Amino acid sequence: MAKVLMKGNEAFGAAAIKAGCKYFFGYPITPQNEIPEYMSRELPKIGGCFLQAESEIAAINMVYGASGAGVRVMTSSSSPGIALKQEGISYIASCELPCVIINVSRGGPGLGGIQPSQSDYFQNTRGGGNGDYRTPVYAPANLQEVIDMTMDAFDVADQYRIPVIISADGMIGQMMEPIEFKERTGRSLPSKEWAATGTNEEREPNSINSLYIVHEDLEKHNWKLDAKHKLIEENEVQYEMYQMKDAEFVVVAYGTTSRIVKSAIMDMKKEGLNVGLIRPKTLWPYPYKAFDEIPKSTKGILTVEMSTGQMIDDVKIGNNGRFPIHFLGSPGGSVPSPEMIAEKIKNILGGEKK
Amino acid sequence: MKTIFEKTKGLTAKPFHYCPGCTHGIIHRITMEAIEELGMLGKAVGVAPVGCAVFAYEYFNCDSYEAAHGRAPAVATGVKRVHPDSLVFTYQGDGDLAAIGTGEIVQAAHRGEKITTIFVNNAIYGMTGGQMAPTTLIGQKATTAPYGRDEAHAGKPILVSEMMATIPGSAYIERVAVNTPANIRKAKKAIKKAFEIQRDGKGFSMIEVLSTCPTNWGLTPEDSLKWLEENLMPYYKLGVYKTPEGGANNG
Repeated sequence: MAKVLMKGNEAFGAAAIKAGCKYFFGYPITPQNEIPEYMSRELPKIGGCFLQAESEIAAINMVYGASGAGVRVMTSSSSPGIALKQEGISYIASCELPCVIINVSRGGPGLGGIQPSQSDYFQNTRGGGNGDYRTPVYAPANLQEVIDMTMDAFDVADQYRIPVIISADGMIGQMMEPIEFKERTGRSLPSKEWAATGTNEEREPNSINSLYIVHEDLEKHNWKLDAKHKLIEENEVQYEMYQMKDAEFVVVAYGTTSRIVKSAIMDMKKEGLNVGLIRPKTLWPYPYKAFDEIPKSTKGILTVEMSTGQMIDDVKIGNNGRFPIHFLGSPGGSVPSPEMIAEKIKNILGGEKK
Repeated sequence: MKTIFEKTKGLTAKPFHYCPGCTHGIIHRITMEAIEELGMLGKAVGVAPVGCAVFAYEYFNCDSYEAAHGRAPAVATGVKRVHPDSLVFTYQGDGDLAAIGTGEIVQAAHRGEKITTIFVNNAIYGMTGGQMAPTTLIGQKATTAPYGRDEAHAGKPILVSEMMATIPGSAYIERVAVNTPANIRKAKKAIKKAFEIQRDGKGFSMIEVLSTCPTNWGLTPEDSLKWLEENLMPYYKLGVYKTPEGGANNG
C-alpha cells in the first residue's frame, strides 16, 4: 500500500478505524483534540458512533458500556483527563473488558502545561485506579509505530480482555510523517460470548461486574488477573536495541526522547564515541531483559526522560545494580537537544561525579 | 389447577438480600414484570448502581452491568449506542443518582438518550448505614446529620423529577410511590410507560419511586409506609412531570 502523509493524532484515529473500531467516546483536551475531531468526522461515514461526553469520567464509562456490549471501542485524552478516567479503567480492567485508551501526555502536575511531556509514565504504567490491575502500555516513537501499535493494541486488548494504553506526547500527536497500513499477521482472538448484548432468551444472562463481596472469590479473581498479567509479561514485551555493539555507554529512552537520543548517538559516533540505546516500545510489560544484553564494554547508563525521572525506577530494576545509572530530565515541556545529551554523556565519561 | 399468579421470569431465583420491609423488592418485581409484559426480556440490559441495589444484577434475569457509583447513565449510553434496539435501563438510588451521579443523569437526559432510569428515592444512604442523602428532608435525622438536616447548612432536598422535567431532552418523567397496593399498581403502569417511550424511540424516560428504609429510618416496616406517606409525599409530590407531548401535569 502507498505511503500517505498524516498527522499523529489523526493517525491514531485512522489506525483505530482500520482495526475495526466503530465507537469512540471522548472529551476535549489539548493536545489530543484532533483525535475526537477525526473520529467525529469519520465514524458516521461507516455507521459507527462518535459521542462527545460531558466529562472524561462519563466518556470512560461509556467505553465500559460499549466494550461490555461486545464491540471495539476507543477513548483518548491527555494527562489530567486520563487522571479522571482512572476509576473507569480500574473497573474495565477488573471486568476484563477490552478497549484502547490514548494518552497524548502534557506537562503536570495539576493543570501543568500543554507542551510535550513524559511525566505520565507512572500514570500509564502504574495507574491511579484502585486495585491489583495492569494495563499494557505502548510507546510509539514515530507515526508508523502509531499506526502499527494502535492496530496491535486492539488485538492485544481482545486477546487478553484488558484495557490497553498508548502513551504518546504532544510532539507525536502534532508531527506529520508518511505512514502505510501494512499487511498484518492476525492473532487468533477469542469470541466475545461474555458480552451483554441481550439474551434473546436463548442463553443465561451475562453480567459485567467487578464486585466480589466474598473475599475468597475476590482473591481467586485477583490471582486469575495476575496469571493473565504474567502471560502478557512473557509474550508481549517489545523493545529496540540501537547501536549496542561495543557500546561504551548506554542510553535508555522511549517515544519522542528516543528520537533525539538517536541523533545524539550519531553525532557522538562521528567523534569516535560508541553509545547505544535501549528503547522500550512497551512500557508495561517493561523490557527488563534488554539490560541482560548490555555489553561489558559499557561504563554506565543514562536515562533520558521529559520528566524528573519516572522510568528510571524500571531502569534500576532492569539494571539490577550492574552499571552506574545517571539521569537527564526536562520536566517543563521543553524537549532535550542532542547536544545536551551528548554533553551529559561526555561529562560523565570525563569523570563527572554521579 | 388454574395458575392465577406466578413470579415474573424477569427475576432470577436468587433470594433478595434486602432488609425486612424495604421496598426495593417490590420495585425490582414491578420493573421486571413490566419488561416481561412488553416481551422484551431478551432485549433488556440493566445497569445496577452502587448502593443497596448494588447486587441488582444478580436478581434481574437479563444481561446486566454493575456500574461505578453514579455512572450508570454513562454505561447505559455506551450500551444503547452500540445496540440501539435493546431495552437499556439504569436502577439507581438517591445517593447514586442525585449526589455523585448528577452529571451523568442530567447529561444523559440532555442528549435525549433512549434509556430508562428507575430512580429509587428513600431520602437516605442505605448501604453505608444511614448517612444524609441529597433527598433527606429538612429536620430528618441521619448519621451524618445527627441534629436533623439543617437547611442553612445543607440546603434543601433536591427535587429530581422537577429538575429532570425542565431538560428539553427528557421525554417522560413521573414520580410514583410503592406504599400501598393501589400506588404499586400505578408505579408499575408508570414504569411500563417509561419502557414503551424508550421502545418507541421517543427519548429519555425516568420514573422516580418513593421508597422506604425501615432500618435506617429506625421504624417498623408498617410505620415506614406511614412515614413515607406523611413526610415524603407532601414534599415529593406524585405525578407526571413530563410527557413526549410536552404537557406537564404536575401531581
